[in-house]
Amino acid sequence: MVTGRSEFLAGVRAELPILLGVVPFGLIFGITALGAGIPPGLAFSMSSIVFAGSSQLIGARLVGAGTPGLIIVLTTFVVNLRHLLYSTSVAPYLKPLSPAWKWLLAYLLTDEAYAVTILHYHRETESPHKHWFFLGAGLALWSTWQASTAAGILLGQQIPAQWSLDFTVALTFIGIVFPALKDRAGVASALSAGVVAVLAVALPLKLGLIVAALTGIGVGMAVESLSPTRRIVEPQPRAASPEEEA
Amino acid sequence: MPLWLIILFMGLVTFALRLLPVILLERIEIPLRVRQALRFVPLAVLSAIIFPEVLQPRGALDLSLGNARLLAGGLAMLVAWRTKNVLLTIAVGMGALWILQAIL
Repeated sequence: MVTGRSEFLAGVRAELPILLGVVPFGLIFGITALGAGIPPGLAFSMSSIVFAGSSQLIGARLVGAGTPGLIIVLTTFVVNLRHLLYSTSVAPYLKPLSPAWKWLLAYLLTDEAYAVTILHYHRETESPHKHWFFLGAGLALWSTWQASTAAGILLGQQIPAQWSLDFTVALTFIGIVFPALKDRAGVASALSAGVVAVLAVALPLKLGLIVAALTGIGVGMAVESLSPTRRIVEPQPRAASPEEEA
Repeated sequence: MPLWLIILFMGLVTFALRLLPVILLERIEIPLRVRQALRFVPLAVLSAIIFPEVLQPRGALDLSLGNARLLAGGLAMLVAWRTKNVLLTIAVGMGALWILQAIL
């Protein structure tokens, strides 16, 4: 018998392996935020008010660089645009829920919660309680994010600058980007954005990041439209040649 | 703009992106072109952070072997590409950076 409670626990369990990767990310955010000169209380509140790891990290670094608030908010918007996709994709499943549920689950709609929840919604099992699974996954992530941020803030006050822990931000992003480079359009998008970011580093108001991101998006789309047969028409599997069998 | 207000706006913008499709789906549909564009957002944004971090650690372009972040970052990219493991990427990259900073 599938109940709300069992769905909730299943959501928490599904999220557990992902949490392993979230803890260092939260630590890094806490340390980075303090390094950027954000007071501990505000740094901690960012994790519940914004609750979006990459944009918090980027935001903290922009604050540290003295970027105007409007640019920081605009950058946050661009960085988090992908959530529109997640939200659109779960929307049909949330339709029967009350407004309170919709608002709560939307607040918890992060990359990590979306990843396990959408798989669960696509599963064929009949259950009127799948939103409880979403809540379980979302709250498991939320509490881990708060706790690891707090730990990072506490640790960050004792870590000397010569440890260069700020570099973990770039390394984290390297670890996220490289496995996601699956096709030519993706590689072109990443490369062009990176090159423009380097060239545009002197642009005023830290606008270079936004210009670079928009360039990367444009180049990715252009390359994709130049290869319209990509994945739609898979080449027929070739019979193994004698050499390959040997 | 005071910092607390910046954080509040960051939160509002993020929450709006997560909420609006859920409550407005009957009225809006995201066009295919926009959906295609959104696929590239994380790749483009994160790369735009990685490149300057690795190539311009002190503000100016530094492609020399004396740039420890370039070497450590390159090694981390290799690890990320081969293993798809974020934790291992961070560990190898930081280890390499510390060793290079000690010897360069």
